[in-house]
Amino acid sequence: MAHEMIAATNAIVVLDVALPGIVWGWIITMNMWAKSIGTGIVFLTFFLLKKYPEKTGFIRFPAVAISIVFIHIFLFFTVIDLHQMFRFWHIFFYPHLTSAITIGAWMATGFVGLLLAMAYAIYMQKDEALYDKYLGWTVLLAIPVTLYTAGLMAESTARELWQMPTESAQMILAALLAGSATMILLGGNKFDNAVKKDLGLVLGLSAFAAFILYMSEYIFGAMKAEEVAATLAFIKGGEYTILFWIGQMMAFIIPMVLVCMSITKERYYLLKIAAVSALVGLWISKHVWLVIPQLLNMS
Amino acid sequence: MQLGFLVDLHLCMGCKGCEIACKVENEVPLSTWRLRVKYIDVGTFPETKRTFTPLRCNHCANAPCERICPVSALHYLENGIVNIDKERCIGCAGCVMACPYGAIYIDPQTQTADKCTYCAHRIASSMMPSCVVACPVEANIFGDLDNPTSNISKYIQQHQGDVQVRKPEKGTDPHHFYVGGGNVQLNPLASSRDEGHNLFNKLTHLPLGGHH
Repeated sequence: MAHEMIAATNAIVVLDVALPGIVWGWIITMNMWAKSIGTGIVFLTFFLLKKYPEKTGFIRFPAVAISIVFIHIFLFFTVIDLHQMFRFWHIFFYPHLTSAITIGAWMATGFVGLLLAMAYAIYMQKDEALYDKYLGWTVLLAIPVTLYTAGLMAESTARELWQMPTESAQMILAALLAGSATMILLGGNKFDNAVKKDLGLVLGLSAFAAFILYMSEYIFGAMKAEEVAATLAFIKGGEYTILFWIGQMMAFIIPMVLVCMSITKERYYLLKIAAVSALVGLWISKHVWLVIPQLLNMS
Repeated sequence: MQLGFLVDLHLCMGCKGCEIACKVENEVPLSTWRLRVKYIDVGTFPETKRTFTPLRCNHCANAPCERICPVSALHYLENGIVNIDKERCIGCAGCVMACPYGAIYIDPQTQTADKCTYCAHRIASSMMPSCVVACPVEANIFGDLDNPTSNISKYIQQHQGDVQVRKPEKGTDPHHFYVGGGNVQLNPLASSRDEGHNLFNKLTHLPLGGHH
């Protein structure tokens, strides 16, 4: 920073207002985390039903039930984070379509509608064909629901760390990571080894790709912009360093290692440990990445 | 009409009259500010000087806050002011995340976003913003950027080469200019900021009954 360069440019703020603090905190982390599970399990349900229709048919109802639960957790935390939560309906009656929040709210509403239709088809009608028909549309809608938060972060002009397309890639990878982890825990021992192996591969590869993105930003981000360098300083010896690395270890490194061990040695019980680690670590990783740009003074 | 602001930092003496006028005019609650003057000390003793920088909303032509607002609570007026409708705001704080100038805050009383509106209500009555009126040295120059005969347009023309905006790399096209500003005044990363030097930071209260 310029103020640290030479004595002549030594500059110190001696009177100003207090720093604003963290505005989007753990509630928004919960929002992103729950959404990753809610949409991710839909992606994985689609994948498994296409590839192993005979072996994985039993997941239809539990998968849609879990998605409904986590999407509502996501919606709950979205609403309670609003300082005027009882005006949430304004998004639908005064929509501003340049905002990713508006687009996300509309998409999530459609997504919930389709999930309920899927639940109705499988639970009330016992109609697997109808369920699968809805599932195709639900997967399509799950993509923008997953990505809109990345759009929101990209629209946050002040926060240089949150860049497109990196955030989009991270959101999709987070959904695949969380979806595969949840599916591993959901399926338990009911899946045969081929299915477990595929789920392990999705978990391991999404963890690997996400870790590469984080490390790329960690190492090279600071070379592009002073603001990014100042933000990354919070995880390079700063107050969020330990939490950042706990998140990276739990979300990506441990699952990658456990997935490798489980596939090469056919010890598939390790996948469950990897899944729990990934889900906990994902929350931590997302939280650190959400918070650190807000610690930077904007003015 | 495109209303804009220019602050001549050569003239500003850090009296904070504009801050107080803004507070009073807009009933800005405690701990929040629509406009404030930042003091920065530059150099090493005895070769030091103090700079004063009034900071407020930049009323950008390409305003990130307007773009991110999901309910159009932040919107443009015909005169270029980025205004806020507090009745419509849902308090999502997207604008707080988007504004690269840290000019938007959540009003603790209304729980909605708020910021400088260039005193849009006064302008509607053909009055100047309160900070302009309060400034004893006329460091705040306000007017129509589209009118080449306005004070602000003339000032910009006269000080070509010394007119700057904050964070031009963000592409926000601010309608708020500074004359006589340097990196230290306009770039928040150009100065260190140690806790304990902030106005009203970490408010403490004396125990009832005074000292024991």
